Amino acid sequence: MAHPIGTRDLLIKGGRIIDPSQGLDAVGDVLLRNGQVEACGGSLGTPDGAEVIDATGLVVAPGFIDVHVHLREPGREDVETVASGAHSAVAGGITAVCGMPNTKPVTDNQAVVSFVKRQGENAGYARVYPYGAISVGQKGETLAEIAEMVGAGAVAFSDDGKPVESAQLMRTALEYARAFNVPIAEHCEDMTLARGGSMNEGIMSAKLGLKGIPAEAEEIYVIRDILLAKRTGGHIHLCHLSTKGSVELVRWGKERGINVTAEVCSHHISLTEDAVDGYNTNAKMNPPLRTAEDVEALQQGVADGTIDLLVTDHAPHHYDEKEREFADAPNGIVGLETALGVNCTYLLHRGIITLSQLVDAMSCKQAKIFRLPGGSLARGGLADVTIFDPNRQWTCDPTRFKSKGRNTPYGGHTFTGQALHTIVGGRLVFSA
Amino acid sequence: MPGPLGKDLLGLAPLSADQIRLVLDTAVPFREISERTIKKVPTLRGATIVNLFFEASTRTRISFEFAEKRLSADTVNVAAAGSSVSKGETLVDTARNLEAMKIDMVVIRHSASGAARFLAERIESNVINAGDGTNEHPTQGLLDMLTLRDRFGDLAGRKICIVGDVLHSRVARSNIWGLTKLGAEVAVCGPRSLLPNAIEEMGVTVFDRIEQAIEWADALNVLRLQLERMQAGYIPSLREYNRVFGVTSARLEQAPRDLLILHPGPMNRGVEIDSDVADGPHSVILDQVTNGVAVRMAVLYLLAGGKPELAEAAKKGNA
Amino acid sequence: MPTKPTTVLDARALDRTLRRMADQIIELNAGCENLVIVGIQRRGVQLAERIVRIIDAQEGVTVASGALDITLYRDDLQTVGPRPVVGATSLPWTLDDQRVVIVDDVLYTGRTIRAALDELADFGRPARIALAVLVDRGGRELPIHADIVGRRIDVASDQRVDVMIEELDGRDEVVVATRDTEG
Repeated sequence: MAHPIGTRDLLIKGGRIIDPSQGLDAVGDVLLRNGQVEACGGSLGTPDGAEVIDATGLVVAPGFIDVHVHLREPGREDVETVASGAHSAVAGGITAVCGMPNTKPVTDNQAVVSFVKRQGENAGYARVYPYGAISVGQKGETLAEIAEMVGAGAVAFSDDGKPVESAQLMRTALEYARAFNVPIAEHCEDMTLARGGSMNEGIMSAKLGLKGIPAEAEEIYVIRDILLAKRTGGHIHLCHLSTKGSVELVRWGKERGINVTAEVCSHHISLTEDAVDGYNTNAKMNPPLRTAEDVEALQQGVADGTIDLLVTDHAPHHYDEKEREFADAPNGIVGLETALGVNCTYLLHRGIITLSQLVDAMSCKQAKIFRLPGGSLARGGLADVTIFDPNRQWTCDPTRFKSKGRNTPYGGHTFTGQALHTIVGGRLVFSA
Repeated sequence: MPGPLGKDLLGLAPLSADQIRLVLDTAVPFREISERTIKKVPTLRGATIVNLFFEASTRTRISFEFAEKRLSADTVNVAAAGSSVSKGETLVDTARNLEAMKIDMVVIRHSASGAARFLAERIESNVINAGDGTNEHPTQGLLDMLTLRDRFGDLAGRKICIVGDVLHSRVARSNIWGLTKLGAEVAVCGPRSLLPNAIEEMGVTVFDRIEQAIEWADALNVLRLQLERMQAGYIPSLREYNRVFGVTSARLEQAPRDLLILHPGPMNRGVEIDSDVADGPHSVILDQVTNGVAVRMAVLYLLAGGKPELAEAAKKGNA
Repeated sequence: MPTKPTTVLDARALDRTLRRMADQIIELNAGCENLVIVGIQRRGVQLAERIVRIIDAQEGVTVASGALDITLYRDDLQTVGPRPVVGATSLPWTLDDQRVVIVDDVLYTGRTIRAALDELADFGRPARIALAVLVDRGGRELPIHADIVGRRIDVASDQRVDVMIEELDGRDEVVVATRDTEG
């Protein structure tokens, strides 16, 4: 079985089509048929029996993709399932997600990979592409069966949640994965430096009396993995970068033609460690929120392309688990339903990136770097479309999230930029 | 209606200089009560106070207990299990259960920074922080300041150096916040691996050698060095710590003025402080203990607010 | 409508009244033996000190004395909240079998004296406790009575009696004024 597709033709009329994959930015129509893009651009007639969406004044983009999401299933269905996560995604305008493998049991074999993929298809919201684990059980000891998992539908590999502590294992993974043309994604964190820390090490951690995680804990693994990618010719993708130093190191790597790509989460380009003040566990995640200097460097990194992708690291947690002393609370916040609003407010409207760059970072490049279908409205491509209004104001109300998770620091915040219609496989799966 | 300190005492960082002075001023007459034959006043009669200690502590708990009992309050001691994660009830549930038993005040000591605030935000009773993780220990800071003020009069311009493991010390932090608010100059002296990175940004001078601190200071507040720090690799050995940072009488003899020596206790004699210093003429360590009860009585008294509707009715006589 | 304050006792009258009170205390006690004069913070303390000096000048005996702060024994702490503790409490080391005379500036509801009695009980068991006040303004809420009264004044409940003394206020005067809305 495959992801469900729409039975009727769908015509999106009069929107501003922004598709960097075709170098397109013009007002026009898009026609979707049989789960594919039938025509894109210009003035198209309305076929008989077609559903019509009036996109006047709105932006029509290739469906957004988020390659870093935690769906929690199998194992923690109490905090999120593939279905609720996929629903949350489309509520945020996101048409496809890659689910991280730190599930219970860990997604380190073809059975779990198939299961996750099938759950996504059954739910019929955003497409779900499973990540596989790099090591068996994510224990960092032996390589997992990458080829088998690729066969079952895994698109990338990571031990996210944790770093791969052994440089030797990371080297092997990068070499081995080359044959299958899949990225190895690393959660960069030196555990000996980070151990016991619950927020950024700096003036706020000194003020609150909490042990901090220094920026170097991330940067040490960033440079290590870039060097290993250089040695092996493999593709290293660096997850959720959070420091100025990391951006500079990635720039260094790209300048030398090393196959390194990077992503940043919307919270890291919008919030600083100040959000933790008062011991707010809804601002606690790993890597932590850092300083204004880091935020600025990350924003610049997105602008100049050093950082390729805008993701969320959507990580739902139960209310009870977050309702705890700060040091004990689990790391992570949800993000699928606020990503577009945050990215528009903090990057687009501050003139740091253009609309085209926004769509590129949230769609085209996601597909390109992870070799996924979609990310383009060229004829014959997937009928995944995000229709959004970059100027629409809205206020975040976590109680209305489609996700089971409510752990966000953005409750009550007002954003400018909202997804209005989300279409997957030619089916309208969400309207605001 | 909250009293002049608000609903809770969570730390010295949130207090104003005036509030701190109020506590110190109020503590003075409370000292006298501990000198009486009948060491009791009826002020908090009928109030129920729970000493909720998640970390073992004899001296602080006893000091609070004396303070509570000398104010005629009813006290209950609860020694609770470690953190929420490890075992037993969550802090939230513990709080709610206590509240359901209609208590008036909670004195809490916990291993997580922010735990006192966490509790205070969730229950209506007054919450007093008796030490939360590596964040603050406000009553210790207050009694240290009272002890210094007794000897110096005014704290403005006085030079106080905190010696030892400042990184892990909530006593140090409360002292830093409190002393700087009252205009004292604060410095720290200890191995750099045991000082917080952002210490200078807290308005504090750093001395790398104890001799420099002794040369500069009017008083030293000597912190206990815990064995675990050596085991965790922050310093090579206790022996080396004593040789480089130990407060010894030989070093004190070089001091240009008569230094006061404070220590929050319990002391590791021969490690951070030598016995002859601890028991010597410069030491005010026992005064700290006496002041501890008085300061805690003052805090309990000032937190016990009134009821606004009755206050209106009572607003007639001036006798 | 606030009216101008009226002086009830000027400096000379206050001095005369205190002298008479000192005489009455000695008379009541049949001498100075085992006598302890205890002033109530704040102004009662200064008045007590003056009485002790008067007795000393007259009888050549320095009578034992002390000061009492009753803030912690007030019966209205639950309603009005904590008041700053205004002054020290210091008493001779034992009150057992002593004849205590409490001195205060104004006697009104009687609650201050009740608090003082409770506090004194925590210090021992005097043979007798008597009360000497400079002004009795009536309006008792408890069955408390002064043995020695400097001046009896009838005052409405919306008025207050202010006793000013040199040591604290710069002059000696007792004044009746209308209470302003803040009380």
